Amino acid sequence: MMQSQFDFGLAAPEIILTVMGMVILILDALSSGARRTLAYVLSLVTLAVLAGVSYWQWHIGLVGETFFGMYIADPLAHLLKMASYLAVALTLAYGREYMQTRDMLRGGEFYVLVLFALLGQMVMISAGNFLTIYLGLELMSLALYALVAIRRDHAQSTEAAMKYFVLGALASGFMLYGMSMLYGATGNLDLRNIADAVNSGQIDYLPLTFGVVFLVAGLAFKLGAVPFHMWVPDVYQGSPTAVTLVLAAAPKLAAFAITLRILVVGLGDLTADWQPMLLILAFLSLAIGNLTAIMQTNFKRMLAYSTISHMGFILLGLASGSLDGDKQFDTESYGSALFYMLTYVLTTLATFGLIMLMSREGHECEDISDLKGLNRRSPWMAALLLLLMCSLAGLPPLVGFDAKLLILQTLLKSDRLWLAVVAVLFSLIGAFYYLRVIKVMYFDEPEAAAPAMATVWWVPRSLIILNGLAVLVLGLMPNGLLVLCLQAMRATLAF
Amino acid sequence: MTSEMASFTTPWLTFAIFVPIVCGLLILAVGSDERPALTRNLSLISALLSFFVTIPLYTGFDNTTAAMQFVVEKPWIPAFAVMYHLGVDGISLWFVLLTAFITIIVVLAGWEVITSRIAQYMAAFLILSGLMIGVFVALDGLLFYIFFEATLIPMYIIVGVWGGPNRVYAAFKFFLYTLMGSLLTLVAFLYLWNEAGGSFDIQTWHDLPLAYTPQVFIFFAFLAAFAVKVPMWPVHTWLPDAHVEAPTGGSVVLAAIMLKLGAYGFLRLSLPIVPDASVAMSGIIITLSLIAVIYIGMVAIVQDDMKKLVAYSSVAHMGFVTLGFFIFNTAGVEGAIVQMVSHGFVSAAMFLCIGVLYDRMHSRQISDYGGVINTMPRFVTFFVFFSMANAGLPATSGFVGEFMVIMGAVQFNFWIGLLAATALILGASYSLWMVKRVAFGDVANDHVRDLKDLSNREFFILGIMALAVLYMGIHPKPFTDVMHTSVEALLQHVSNSKL
Repeated sequence: MMQSQFDFGLAAPEIILTVMGMVILILDALSSGARRTLAYVLSLVTLAVLAGVSYWQWHIGLVGETFFGMYIADPLAHLLKMASYLAVALTLAYGREYMQTRDMLRGGEFYVLVLFALLGQMVMISAGNFLTIYLGLELMSLALYALVAIRRDHAQSTEAAMKYFVLGALASGFMLYGMSMLYGATGNLDLRNIADAVNSGQIDYLPLTFGVVFLVAGLAFKLGAVPFHMWVPDVYQGSPTAVTLVLAAAPKLAAFAITLRILVVGLGDLTADWQPMLLILAFLSLAIGNLTAIMQTNFKRMLAYSTISHMGFILLGLASGSLDGDKQFDTESYGSALFYMLTYVLTTLATFGLIMLMSREGHECEDISDLKGLNRRSPWMAALLLLLMCSLAGLPPLVGFDAKLLILQTLLKSDRLWLAVVAVLFSLIGAFYYLRVIKVMYFDEPEAAAPAMATVWWVPRSLIILNGLAVLVLGLMPNGLLVLCLQAMRATLAF
Repeated sequence: MTSEMASFTTPWLTFAIFVPIVCGLLILAVGSDERPALTRNLSLISALLSFFVTIPLYTGFDNTTAAMQFVVEKPWIPAFAVMYHLGVDGISLWFVLLTAFITIIVVLAGWEVITSRIAQYMAAFLILSGLMIGVFVALDGLLFYIFFEATLIPMYIIVGVWGGPNRVYAAFKFFLYTLMGSLLTLVAFLYLWNEAGGSFDIQTWHDLPLAYTPQVFIFFAFLAAFAVKVPMWPVHTWLPDAHVEAPTGGSVVLAAIMLKLGAYGFLRLSLPIVPDASVAMSGIIITLSLIAVIYIGMVAIVQDDMKKLVAYSSVAHMGFVTLGFFIFNTAGVEGAIVQMVSHGFVSAAMFLCIGVLYDRMHSRQISDYGGVINTMPRFVTFFVFFSMANAGLPATSGFVGEFMVIMGAVQFNFWIGLLAATALILGASYSLWMVKRVAFGDVANDHVRDLKDLSNREFFILGIMALAVLYMGIHPKPFTDVMHTSVEALLQHVSNSKL
């Protein structure tokens, strides 16, 4: 389906978000109030509208590219965007009270920055050209740098923001350098043209592989894979928890999208070159992530290392494609990675959401020991966190198990039995630190008699319960989401 | 006729799994420490209901066929070819009933003893019961694995929350040991899935041709999971820890059912899927089993802690079970299954007896007791009876299984039979010596002097168990009749090489 070169309808979600972001910015400047209700409600309404638009686009099977191939709309983009809206909406809902009680809602910039970060992610998700990828990446990153630093007078936050900024800029530099290498080698910025050029076999191999190395390094930075993971624990720990959740959820989806588009769509013929790199990153992430997480006493920092190990699993999925371009095989491998990413983000949302709900004014629920005796104080929250920890540990019947199973399956299909065994052994090590959280909640006696929950409005409360239950229900019935992932991946690869 | 009609239409197996699970969730929702009576009664009703839905499985069971019965087969994750596929045969039937029965006992045993977080305690056992039944009836590899592994979570909580002083260590050890084994099995399952062209169906795997080398790898992957669970020497060390620290109900379920999950895995998966490797590696298993029977039997003798003693005796008894499986004759396999059921009753009863003492004295040390018969005559009657059954006294269920396995072993190789038979001597030594030190002699101290005899509730529980042990010892035919056809079919299957 070939549209005119300027089909604005395809990019409707981005256009709506841009306009609404600016409207909210202006309206917020005119309003006052500690809770910034106007900006909050408008943000949620915007997200709902976007979800409607993306759903409609996906529903009528809208597929196409516009702006000379710079912007792609395909089922993968629709799916990832809808997941991002959900992630952002939940983040706002969980984080509002947290931000307000910590005096971080003096202006509505929290909402505006989150929306612009989302815009950057959407551009990344739909990018078909190195320029759009970079544009989206920088738009997202700049908003996120500001968000991490939103607690201006807090030393740890400021430190985290500096680290994030410096390392993020370095990563962007890596990416840009890799892109320029590829541009030099192929004379193209468009991913599909690059694919054609590489396929023609007339390109000098050396600058190509050089470019791939830098691109992979940059992508690994964004995903937070070892050895480019150093920023993850510090930033996760140092940011206000609401911001940690902004960082931990939706940006991963966008990073996944550009990884897939650059490596699989653009450089599919170089799979044999980048696959071993991803495997090394995956192995190191599994090892360092899981082993280091054991040592952590800070809950957020532990979750940061756990994220690193989960990225290792996703990279295993991304590194399991076929070398000869077998579409069916690729669909299943990359589809598994997509499933893993979506379900991981869902689990992360609920986990950090719970941390926020359990933090009271003047008392951050940050150390694992803060969870002591949670079962006595608030049995339902403990049960919810139990489900989430079991899911992260990959225990059935929770969704984390299905996700891990899919990845292991792709490993076996690509004849990497030993890697499957390694992945399984690291999951065993990983189980230890998740179990420790359960142990603290259930086996230890509470230190304070205070209730576990701050007085939170019923909406975020019920949302988090639904979110936690989704982890269980999806674990029992993963078929629907799995089919969606496979369909989206099939369309993207065939496109 | 009507019951047969019903058995084809009513999904009894689904009920057997999900009635306890749903009831457990319900109790979590409505029960609380403020309303203990309601919580307890509700739990008992749930446990009874869960047991009653398993009875049609027995009454409607057809002894004459080895085929799976009460089959339920529905697509579950179609994208993945995972089926919700359940069925029972003569091998698994008794374990379904045993599990549901033991759950009633556990609920009764925790009646007055558990006073904190009652609802969670009862719910954990009910959910666990449903999950364990799921393991016994799952005919889809992934479904089996999911049930197998999901049992870890409630047991971890049970040991960790209601356990003794060293409960955290025991809970972690239990969890990580068993998880390590089962994760390797998962890889083996995925390998089989791949080889079978994308099928998780266990019966398809049974007929899947496999070369020798993969068979050996799969065999050891299965062994990793099942040997830990059984547990076989030398990976048994988690069991004494878990038993000692677990609350009485936890020990009962652990000994009576959880250990059987591993043994059942050998029968349902190892033997039929990798028959050639099983035959080739049987020497290893037989050796390990004999070590468990003899060496662990000796270790049991010198224990000072009653629970540890019974835990080690469990390892020794399970050695008989694995021995019976890997001598590949009818007497051996049937004896092993009978031994599994019998051990389910006897070890459960032993832990209940120790629980009775522990609730009064808060000590498991044998040296803290002595002359209990003077103050608790009714209790000691049961205690001596179950100890005799534990030692394999004729006319108790303990005798039947051990006798059949020894008989099978003698058919297989006289010397193996002879070594296995020493278990009867060792069993008598550790059981009776413990009884002597605990129950007989002079009253050892003031605490023993103040002991109260069994309450009606305790008398009732131990009485039921005693009846079951006696009935199975005197009239084992209903038990062996049910399993005979299935065992024959299994042995026939194993004797056909897949190479």
